[in-house]
Amino acid sequence: MELVIQGGRVMDPASGRDEVLDILIQGGRIKKIARDIPGSGKKIIDASGKVVSPGFIDLHTHLRQPGREDEETIETGSRAAARGGFTTICAMPNTEPPIDDPSLVEFVYNEARRCALVQVLPIATISRGRQGEDLSPMGRLKRAGAVGFSDDGDWVTDSNLMRRALEYVKMLNLPLISHCEDKTLTQEGVMNEGYYSTTLGLRGIPKEAEEVAIFRDLVLLGMTESRLHVAHLSTSRGVELVREAKREGLKVTSEVTPHHFTLTHKEVRSFNTNTKMRPPLREEEDVAALGQGLKDGTIDIIATDHAPHTLEEKEVDYVSAPFGIIGLETALGLVIRELVEKGTLSLMEALGKLTVNPARILGMPIGRIEEGAKADLTIFDPEKTWKVEGKEFLSKSTNSAFIGWELPGKVEWTVAGGKVAYQSRK
Amino acid sequence: MSFQRKDLLGIEDLSPEEIIFILDTAKSFREILERPIKMVPTLRGKTVVNLFFEPSTRTRLSFELAEKRLNADALSFSSVGSSVAKGETLLDTAKNILAMKVDCFVLRHVSPGAPHLLARELDVSVINAGDGAHEHPTQALLDLYTIRERKGRVEGLKMAIVGDITNSRVARSNIWGMGKLGAEVRVCGPPTLIPPDIERMGVKVFYSPEEALEGVDVIMMLRIQKERQKGSLPPSLNEYKEFFSLTEERLDLAHEDALVMHPGPVNRGVELPARIADGRKSIILNQVTNGVAVRMAILYLLLGRRR
Repeated sequence: MELVIQGGRVMDPASGRDEVLDILIQGGRIKKIARDIPGSGKKIIDASGKVVSPGFIDLHTHLRQPGREDEETIETGSRAAARGGFTTICAMPNTEPPIDDPSLVEFVYNEARRCALVQVLPIATISRGRQGEDLSPMGRLKRAGAVGFSDDGDWVTDSNLMRRALEYVKMLNLPLISHCEDKTLTQEGVMNEGYYSTTLGLRGIPKEAEEVAIFRDLVLLGMTESRLHVAHLSTSRGVELVREAKREGLKVTSEVTPHHFTLTHKEVRSFNTNTKMRPPLREEEDVAALGQGLKDGTIDIIATDHAPHTLEEKEVDYVSAPFGIIGLETALGLVIRELVEKGTLSLMEALGKLTVNPARILGMPIGRIEEGAKADLTIFDPEKTWKVEGKEFLSKSTNSAFIGWELPGKVEWTVAGGKVAYQSRK
Repeated sequence: MSFQRKDLLGIEDLSPEEIIFILDTAKSFREILERPIKMVPTLRGKTVVNLFFEPSTRTRLSFELAEKRLNADALSFSSVGSSVAKGETLLDTAKNILAMKVDCFVLRHVSPGAPHLLARELDVSVINAGDGAHEHPTQALLDLYTIRERKGRVEGLKMAIVGDITNSRVARSNIWGMGKLGAEVRVCGPPTLIPPDIERMGVKVFYSPEEALEGVDVIMMLRIQKERQKGSLPPSLNEYKEFFSLTEERLDLAHEDALVMHPGPVNRGVELPARIADGRKSIILNQVTNGVAVRMAILYLLLGRRR
């Protein structure tokens, strides 16, 4: 089936192209980009007044399958992704069991092939069983299709193991993604350590838990001359450490989540358990530093850390609630509202951090609009606002901190591999 | 002035006027406690459920007495041997009890914000009887009542709170309450038991009781918990005692009419020697008596009138 996207403002951060053009899609690929491609006999998407962007890529998604299918599945997570404009999502391996064996990587692929609406790429663990003791069989995991390695949820505390992991991935040329958090400092913390943890009587997670971990990882990165991706930066000094490392020429990349560049620890005063995540919401100066990091390129990408939890799990007291919120379906709106409308990034720059930049970290030829490329495209209305409603989420879970918010940037169509994966109701 | 709230969750969000109104209301209930028959029909037909998910003797008994003296039906529930042990959640437990048609929950819970969860989800009044290290509003109100009774005022007084500030809901509620009524509050303890940025709550921080107690009108000693989060305690109880317990010498540094308070239960001989706990400056038992009157006032204000 041929598909023509007509009259949209094509924005491709990889090439810098920004003009009104038509796109012809054939056999799942972009066949032609030109003015006035006739639509007769083809399926037509009228994209006039809309932006046509490369499909978004999320390097940090929790799909919970296998093990916690009550929270999310590969199928429901892929639906949420499509609604959010994501055509590629990378599944974090902290499932039950963790993805530490080629057969499990294959399970994720097979399940995705069976039911996912967008491309699902498995990330495998750094250590066997995420135990932080022995390296997982990274070479075989790569052969089975793993696109990166992470013990996300836990930092690799053993410095020697981290050193060896950094060395070993050099021969595989895949990103090592580090959840930087020294849990000996986190202790029983549930929110940012600061004024509000003091007034609320909740145990704090100091910023230093993140910073100490980043610092050690960067020292080991310098030692091994490997490459490292720092997940979900949340602190001002964390940004500064990465900035300095880049200046020194280390091969480090980093990400920030929409909730960390939007919200502060003040939100916890509501005791809404959807303000509880790790790393925790930080302070205003940190939010400002994250914006600056995005602006100057210290922070390469925006990733959601989409972390579904059931209503039952979250509808408890603050201390008992699990960490994490969903993010796929609100990411674009928050990027436009918090970064583009406030002047931190141009729309083109912001889209780069959702498309070609994560593609580069993965080393994959996606996230761009060019003839011959895979037809992964997101068509959205940057002006149109919509209200975030819990019942509208396509994710299996509704643990969002943004329910009730008015967000700009309505995704109208998501085209993944040449097929319409999502179409908004008019 | 009137009091229009559905719940009492903390002191932080009360206005000074509301605090004074509660304290003034408590005065008339305090008189009832001196009568031969200590009972009024104010809450006849109302049912109050005391949900205690943390051990408590004094606060629970105080609430039960307050409820009974107002003629309310009082039910108490502690988490030991209850359906909570079978995995029922707090909210579900409360909803089930509410289905039996009750009017008010008094909640003690280990997690900050637990009463806020019930208050948000349920249509009945919720009184916070202590939520983790967050707030213990009725305790602060009875402390304010007792200070006011003794000193005639709160404004302009200097108060020192000494002990484990980090883990103390009593400290937090008193910092808000004393501050709102115009007192100067000092907190004192080892640096490991003083939470970050507490100065922003309007207090001065001291690591030395000798400096903290200088010229104060009110001394509030806090219980030092023998079993707390690892790494945050002073190295030993004996060391703590040597540095922070209220000795006669330290007490002499305070104003000569200084009051000694403690939210209880006292570790006699640790933060407070028996001689001072039982001495003439101690108003610890007055606090306990007034607690019943203050809780009666709060129950009356939340339940006794048509909102």
